[in-house]
Amino acid sequence: MSRVALLRLAVVVGFVAVVELLCRLGVITPLTMIPPSAMLLSLVHLIADGEVNADLVFTLTNIAAAITLSIVSGFILGVIIHALPRLRRVVDPLLAAYYAVPTFVFYPLLLVVLGVNRLPLIVIGAMFGVVGMTVSTIDGIDRIPRVLMKTASAYDMNPITAALLIKLPAATPHLFTGVKLAVTYSVIGVVAGEFILSIAGMGRSIAFAYNDLDNTKMYGLLLLLLTITTLLNVALQLIEQRLYKRWGRA
Amino acid sequence: MMAVARPSEADVEPSAPIAGATLGAEGITHVFASAAGGPGVKALDNVDLTLARGEFFSVIGPSGCGKSTLLEIASGLMVPTEGQVSFEGNVLRGKVPDGIGIVFQEDASFAWLSVWDNVAFGLRRRSVDPAEIRRRVDYAVAFMGLQDFSQSYPAQLSGGMRQRVCIARTLVLQPRLILLDEPFGALDQQTRLLMGEEVLRLWRETGATVMLITHSLDEAAMLADRVGIMSARPGRFIETLSTGWPRERDSGIVADPRFGELTAAMWSLLRAESMRSMRRGGA
Amino acid sequence: MTRRLDSLWFALGVIALWQALYQIAGDEALASPWQTLRQAAEMLASAGFWNHVEATFEAFGWAVLLSIVLGLAIGLVLGFSKLAGEVFEPILNALYAIPKITLYPVILLFFGLGLPAKVAFGTIHGIFPIILLSMNGVRSIRPVVRKTARALGLSGSETIRTILLPAALPEIFSGIRIGFALTLLGTLIGELFASNRGIGFLLLRAADRQDVPMTMALILFLFVIAAAAGAGLLAIDRKLHHKA
Repeated sequence: MSRVALLRLAVVVGFVAVVELLCRLGVITPLTMIPPSAMLLSLVHLIADGEVNADLVFTLTNIAAAITLSIVSGFILGVIIHALPRLRRVVDPLLAAYYAVPTFVFYPLLLVVLGVNRLPLIVIGAMFGVVGMTVSTIDGIDRIPRVLMKTASAYDMNPITAALLIKLPAATPHLFTGVKLAVTYSVIGVVAGEFILSIAGMGRSIAFAYNDLDNTKMYGLLLLLLTITTLLNVALQLIEQRLYKRWGRA
Repeated sequence: MMAVARPSEADVEPSAPIAGATLGAEGITHVFASAAGGPGVKALDNVDLTLARGEFFSVIGPSGCGKSTLLEIASGLMVPTEGQVSFEGNVLRGKVPDGIGIVFQEDASFAWLSVWDNVAFGLRRRSVDPAEIRRRVDYAVAFMGLQDFSQSYPAQLSGGMRQRVCIARTLVLQPRLILLDEPFGALDQQTRLLMGEEVLRLWRETGATVMLITHSLDEAAMLADRVGIMSARPGRFIETLSTGWPRERDSGIVADPRFGELTAAMWSLLRAESMRSMRRGGA
Repeated sequence: MTRRLDSLWFALGVIALWQALYQIAGDEALASPWQTLRQAAEMLASAGFWNHVEATFEAFGWAVLLSIVLGLAIGLVLGFSKLAGEVFEPILNALYAIPKITLYPVILLFFGLGLPAKVAFGTIHGIFPIILLSMNGVRSIRPVVRKTARALGLSGSETIRTILLPAALPEIFSGIRIGFALTLLGTLIGELFASNRGIGFLLLRAADRQDVPMTMALILFLFVIAAAAGAGLLAIDRKLHHKA
């Protein structure tokens, strides 16, 4: 292991150790936070018991649906906006402002329109992620070097073939940034929605545990959520690295 | 020790005698340490170089032969693994002395300053009085033909103009030795010829000593009093040719028959070295 | 000029779409543009509303200050120190990717309800882009710029002050711009959970009471403020990049 990786490990382990110590010594009370070791134990129990399974499946499927929705709609929106420069100029500052507005205020609206079920959760999750995907798509298409399109013409390609065989692969590194954003935000949107809506899912379980002052269960669930998202991100990182290795940075 | 000029088929003038050498470099060897701790890369191998005061010296060699490394060592930016460099009699120890100006290969203009402020930058750091700064910057800007763009920003200018900004910025400090590292590498051939004339004009008016690195045979042949030909890595001087051109020269010199003979002589020396470098993956 | 006109067309288009959706969805789900405007006017005229706005902006102000100061400090250190940057960058990326919601209960437990919690929410949202972009801004300075500083004989501190910081400024500012929007989001979220004052709280209350016109008036207000601030920051951003 390289020196840098060792240092990094030391930093992380050190931090966890300090927190563990502070908890055990009572500097941090159990009402506020339980020691990391206890969190891990709780996590193991939760998985072993299996009571969290239904919630997990619910949340994960919601997240998957939200991600798909935001990637597809973000991509389509991005292509459209890019193709209409006048629209783009108008929409640019709005896209930047979008993140400041808590999109889940549209929640009540969605509940009425879609019903009190998982659909509003999925849509909220997607709404969070769609803008990131849109902006990345626009950026990605921007950066396709014109010489590649000239090459497509030299091969006498029609627009759709050119889009699929040249534009899409060429823009992929950038699109991938959008995908990462879509994933991150979809998770936030879905779980936050579950917090508030409380019909099912990990969000609801966490909210219930919080309200019941059951810190053990709550922190166990939080750790589980953290583990899942970390694994997701690591997977995305690995894919991204392979992409960049083969294809180079845009 | 100076590499001796060898007369070519053409009637070439012998090099001028050295009257107070501006730059002396002896036994320069430089090895770049490898990151993993294995054997390093030897960029330069026992190079000697002397620049006479006021002469125009060009260095030409294949890709990766260590020309840029030599320039950075000659300027004081880098300290060589072996050997030493002295500028006007003083040994350089890792700091660039006043009196040496450098123009790099890449665009080094400051994106956040206007052209005028870019050129004034170096002067402002020294205690030069504002009226004098204004005078010298105006002169340098006009000299490099940038007066219509003095309030523009580098992002708004072409590559050639940005290089002119860098040259003006160096010029305004009145250096006695000017080092140029492939300054026109990113430009097209015709612009290069014209920029070459600019450099000659600069050289004549300032009376400075100039060392220019290039990989263009034409450029070396046209601009220099002497051309040093470097081998493939590890770099050393194979040969130095004297061009014998008059001081008042411009790009029209490409028409002179001696020009063709010179470039032919250079290529006959370089060709094998270039192939060696290319096979190594350098080209 | 065309741009202004285009914006007008776009705004009209949005309003038309809004009205159409209202017709379809009905009073329970949406308020019409006109209803929303009326409600907004009423809202802006009431003193109580501005108290809440003040509460939000107090928390927001602190959060932005903290995000910028801490964010720059950390980001610049990581940018200038090669070793620190290498060690901490993957850790930062991992932290950035954590859904902040996992921290909400933790923050509430640590800070209780009220201003500190809101500021904490805001800061954890806004600090990351500032750290990441200022770090990157310093790192992406091309080597030739540093070489030029040495060629001109500048000292270390002179180099940082007159060359490295100005060179990194455009990207640092982009980080601040993004951090600004996210900090506002974080503060509002904090108000949903941790306060009985502020715009976020008003939103929650309106949603609870199913007061649709009020909800929409608040959203409109937020959007206008965020868009205006965003446009202003974007204009400064463009200037810093000296685009032709």
